[in-house]
Amino acid sequence: MSIQTIRNVFSVETGYRLSDDQIVNHFPNHYELTRKDLMVKNIKRYRKELEKEGSPLAEKDENGKYIYLDFVPVTFMLPADYNLFVEEFRKNPSSTWIMKPCGKAQGKGIFLINKLSQIKKWSRDSKTSSFVSQSSKEAYVISLYINNPLLIGGKKFDLRLYVLVSTYRPLRCYMYKLGFCRFCTVKYTPSTSELDNMFVHLTNVAIQKHGDDYNHIHGGKWTVSNLHLYLESTRGKEVTNKLFNEIHWIIVQSLKAVSPVMNNDKHCFECYGYDIIIDDKLKPWLIEVNASPSLTSSTANDRILKYNLINDTLNIAVPNGEIPDCKWNKSPPKEALGSYEVLYDEEMAQSGGPDRDLRSRSGQSIGIKGNRARDSGKPVLTTWK
Amino acid sequence: MMLDQDSGLSLAIAHIVQRLKGSSLHSQLERQARNGLDESFEDVGKWVSLHKPEIKLESLKEDIKEFLKESGWEKKLQNAVYSELNVFPSPCHPAAPPEQMKEPLAYMRKAQGSWEKRILKSLNSMCTELSIPLARKRPISEQKELLNKWNEMGTDEPDLSLFRPVYAPKDFLEVLMNLRNPNYENGDQPSSRNHLGLIQVPLKVKDIPELKEYFGELGLNTGQLGIDDSAQVPPELFENEHLRIGQKVLTEQDSAAAQQYVRQGCPTALRAELWALILNISNQPEDILYYEQLKSNVIQHDLLVDSLIYKDVKLTASNDDYYFVFEDYLYQVLFCFSRDTSVLEHFTYSSATPPKSYIRGKLGMEEYAVFYPPSGVIPFHGFSMYVAPLCFLYHEPSKLYQIFREMYVRFFFRLHSISSHPSGIVSLCLLFETLLQTHLPQLFYHLREIGAQPLRISFKWMVRAFSGYLATDQLLLLWDRILGYNSLEILAVLAAAVFAFRAVNLMEVTSLAAAEAVLADLSTLKVMPLLQIFLFATVT
Repeated sequence: MSIQTIRNVFSVETGYRLSDDQIVNHFPNHYELTRKDLMVKNIKRYRKELEKEGSPLAEKDENGKYIYLDFVPVTFMLPADYNLFVEEFRKNPSSTWIMKPCGKAQGKGIFLINKLSQIKKWSRDSKTSSFVSQSSKEAYVISLYINNPLLIGGKKFDLRLYVLVSTYRPLRCYMYKLGFCRFCTVKYTPSTSELDNMFVHLTNVAIQKHGDDYNHIHGGKWTVSNLHLYLESTRGKEVTNKLFNEIHWIIVQSLKAVSPVMNNDKHCFECYGYDIIIDDKLKPWLIEVNASPSLTSSTANDRILKYNLINDTLNIAVPNGEIPDCKWNKSPPKEALGSYEVLYDEEMAQSGGPDRDLRSRSGQSIGIKGNRARDSGKPVLTTWK
Repeated sequence: MMLDQDSGLSLAIAHIVQRLKGSSLHSQLERQARNGLDESFEDVGKWVSLHKPEIKLESLKEDIKEFLKESGWEKKLQNAVYSELNVFPSPCHPAAPPEQMKEPLAYMRKAQGSWEKRILKSLNSMCTELSIPLARKRPISEQKELLNKWNEMGTDEPDLSLFRPVYAPKDFLEVLMNLRNPNYENGDQPSSRNHLGLIQVPLKVKDIPELKEYFGELGLNTGQLGIDDSAQVPPELFENEHLRIGQKVLTEQDSAAAQQYVRQGCPTALRAELWALILNISNQPEDILYYEQLKSNVIQHDLLVDSLIYKDVKLTASNDDYYFVFEDYLYQVLFCFSRDTSVLEHFTYSSATPPKSYIRGKLGMEEYAVFYPPSGVIPFHGFSMYVAPLCFLYHEPSKLYQIFREMYVRFFFRLHSISSHPSGIVSLCLLFETLLQTHLPQLFYHLREIGAQPLRISFKWMVRAFSGYLATDQLLLLWDRILGYNSLEILAVLAAAVFAFRAVNLMEVTSLAAAEAVLADLSTLKVMPLLQIFLFATVT
């Protein structure tokens, strides 16, 4: 079902009630996670709550930055947080920022700015053009642009990872092993002269497809296992594992941040497309989460991947291909996971149960390495022993 | 006639000493020896307290040995000698003509010669057809432009529609099929003693018992990366200990130990350093400088072969799921390679001879002859795939370059020149066909009958050393063994093992196209189990 259909299904006006044998592929208010502004708001709130609780997860470094929870680039809503943004911008006037409309996808309406005058011009233009600009639909988020991305072969890329959530309370999520990197076709240059060239900056396939150099055989897509092999070969095993563990960490934290506000309807499951950028210090940044990741295929391999993704997703959401029953306990056996692996299982973590297959042997699979969990000493984190 | 062992040894020593004298290692050692002496004069007191007060003639030899050991020079020299031993064939009798070292069999030399003539002719006719010179100096403006886009040459899309690869593997296969030894009568009637494959020259190749012995470390009782590091095996059994030994080998900086070690496979994180150690590449400042010089040669001169390289990268690596990311590195490395005259050295032990070109208007006059391209190597379709996998290991262009050059002059040149060397492509083809014919006679016969000679399918795999056919992690495990055994024979064994693995499906096909389809995708294969089963777990 599309997001629009889901909205109608759960709308009060239609008064539709799903029966026990009906299952849908979105949570009613998935936008708490998948709209750029709301995601940032929820993560900010989550961090504050943890801080109030005195949780060790909310620990800050000497610069006042969260050590473990600083995984989204500094972001403000516009026009609401305009003054806050200006304050931040003035601290670092040479920085580049990226403007994104809150409710659009596939790189639509995105542009970069590095001068305050540009944003003033933008707000003038949008105000005069229509009156609806004040409504939340037309709102923008402005985020600090990661201007030191990790480059491979001189090219910028981002990661598209698939994460399946079968329930938010308790949180149970799965990570798809076959994610990929999306490469820009044009060499990356941080120089401001190329700010207008979106082929340099945006990795969305929807954008890159229109570049002259787009290759229809591989579509600029590189598997995550290639990335792993490359990083381990050139940078070593330890930093590579640390990076992948951190990626898993930020995914789980983002889900935990929205789980209290999410309407955990028992008829729902959802497969998200996570967009992550890695910087040249091998720190991963969460850019955004998509509720309807593209399931069309741009290449032959892509077709196989998407086919398997849909297949494996359905096998978890609707086990054994039987008539669905939303009351089942939603914990499929390990054999039924396909290319998914358990990313986090709150129930199991809290019971401190055997966390057997959560970490693969070399620790390169799921979970943050050692010390962090021990530092925190919180029962919820037993998976990260 | 065989030389007796002693004189053979002394010849080898003399040869290596001669080679090392010309190397940068020699000049470094000399420089350091001189500096050491200077320092000693400056600070006599320190010298006296640290070292023996006087140099005694009778202990001089021991003292020098001691010094070499303490200063780390012993290891460096050892590695250099070891590297020479790996690359150069054991020297022939001093009176033997130099072509003996290139290729002992006259008919092979002749075949290689006429193959080279064909390539050169095709290159020249392309030149004439397109009226493009083999080489030209770039105008200053063009030089600047190229310098600016050095790191993004891939974005530039020159019109290459008129260029065509000088040759592709299948053209080369035709040549190998027509090779005959004039001193050997095959007989026209096929019989059980005849070789039923495409290669019709009698060369000695290893049989399974010999291969088992040669590749002893790949046996069932030895731990292997690529098998014993799979998720089902606890790392305590093999992986952890293997990693620890690998780290030790690296600390010791011992080439020979590294070569022995990689026979069981390299841990991913150590591979780049281990390969560099085996190939004796240290990426010193002078090496980086050398690379920069090559780069400036590329900037200054435009060569026709650049367009061939361009075309090749665009046709192969740029479309490859694994390697497209590294497109720009490939241009950098290959353009520099074509201008590197140090590559010419490998022609002393290669059956090939670098092609010559004449300065305009001086055709045929030897004093105006130059090697073309300066490296003497004309790229063919798929050449860039020799570089591509190395991009996963080295992100520094100068180091990537040196590793590739060394891999080329040790191994890859043998895959496209006609010789009787056991690692040469002719022997590999024969080894492949013999293994199949002997151990899977039914399959071999069936494929031959339907017009799908197995070598027609496997030839391209071997010519490219499987690059572009296997998944990269598997390819690197395979190349570990090439380095470890200093031999390409493993390629033929793997090719045969792939056929064995797909034997059931292949028995059902009825055409070459269908057989090709069965073997079209090798990217899911696991190399080490295939090799191990074929060599050690099959009843023979």
